[in-house]
Amino acid sequence: MKTSIWYRLDILTRLLTPFLLTLALVVLNLVPLEIPRFSHVVPLLPLIAIYHWAVYRSELLPAYAVFMIGLLQDIFSGAPIGVYTLVFLLVYGMVIWQHRFLFGKSFAIIWLGFAIVAGGAFALVWALISLWSFSLLEIRAVFFQYLLTVATFPSLAWVFMRWQQFIIRQL
Amino acid sequence: MKDNSHTISRIAAPIRGMAQRFSFMALILLAVALMMLGKVDIALMERVRANVTDAVAPILDVISKPIVSVNKMISEAKDFYSVREENLMLKQEKDRLLQWQAAARKLEIENKNLRGLLNFPVEPAASFITARAIADTGGAFANSVVINAGNKSGVRKGQATITGEGLVGRVTDVGARSSRVLLITDLNSRIPVVLQSSQARAILAGDNTHRPRLIHLLPGASVSQGDRIVTSGHGGAFPPGLPVGLVASVNEKGINIEPFVERSRVTYLRILDYGLNGIVETPPIRGLPTSPGNKKTRN
Repeated sequence: MKTSIWYRLDILTRLLTPFLLTLALVVLNLVPLEIPRFSHVVPLLPLIAIYHWAVYRSELLPAYAVFMIGLLQDIFSGAPIGVYTLVFLLVYGMVIWQHRFLFGKSFAIIWLGFAIVAGGAFALVWALISLWSFSLLEIRAVFFQYLLTVATFPSLAWVFMRWQQFIIRQL
Repeated sequence: MKDNSHTISRIAAPIRGMAQRFSFMALILLAVALMMLGKVDIALMERVRANVTDAVAPILDVISKPIVSVNKMISEAKDFYSVREENLMLKQEKDRLLQWQAAARKLEIENKNLRGLLNFPVEPAASFITARAIADTGGAFANSVVINAGNKSGVRKGQATITGEGLVGRVTDVGARSSRVLLITDLNSRIPVVLQSSQARAILAGDNTHRPRLIHLLPGASVSQGDRIVTSGHGGAFPPGLPVGLVASVNEKGINIEPFVERSRVTYLRILDYGLNGIVETPPIRGLPTSPGNKKTRN
């Protein structure tokens, strides 16, 4: 009996890891790196995680978890509260909607899909914050942040793939 | 039995799908509602932000430490290689600064005497709190840092924060042990400044780029590249004379300022406490020349 409780607890913790990992990325994004000009264009790591888990194991990262992650991203990043919440949810919904198209495809297709979805996401954040503050935001830094986020995708996706194989497995 | 469960799942699946879709829509609407609420009730959102950030501050504090020590190690290694040249440079700079010191001493005495003659009220002395930046809200959309000092250490909303080089920004949200500093480059930052050479007033407006703009400058005022910008102290939010930056470019699109403080170099910063109430409340009126109280103490 005892072992079965520990066993269940073990499984539960493993199943929680996609959410916890994404949450960790939100916090990791905040670490001040003293590289000149880098903080303007630091890749939006949680977006990668949300996309990845929505493609492969969406049941482990339900919509309300995405909502919470977006809300925390808003709170910590200093953006108007609700902006990242909405954008993360839309990215999540978009992937679920196109799940049949993305699932099981080659990595290049998945990456391309991310580039398209992230492009939409950054454009939307830009539009929402511009609207919120009644002024057109400078687009250059946003564009570079987008490029860096797309460029970071493979390395982070690789980590998630390994994580899926060894930690979550077929639970 | 197997058939039965199959029928159940066949009926349950669309219902579950519908429920999921419904809850998804509800979450989307909630996010939009939050955005609108944030526009209406700014104070509430600031409080939420301060409290949540406060709760995570210890974690941020710990994970930002290794970065600081790595940076320190790198800069120490760099220093080691350039020790000779730097020594020579510092010697030259010392000679130059000694001349400045002599000039400054002379001016200080002169200034004091003239102030005495004019019955000019003395500026309040500043006390300060030193804090470390534990989070940099990365990205192109917001420019702020979270520091590991809050209410408990005496940080108040509206206070100016500086590094040795110049003005960093202004405290916006204050929690118990952490607070948020809005950098002068942020879209929402507006700082009253003066051009040091011509004493022309203007407002320094951030636009999320690394070079904020100078706005509301009087049409007649002359500006040229390399002019020094300091805080004016108008509005009672900031003490006057804090170095802000240099005029980087003047063209038909506007005037851009290169701040003295670069965002990536904000590690340790000082929060100035001049006893000014800032723009949050009405600042107390000090130093009115007609004030009878002032004259009495002098005579």
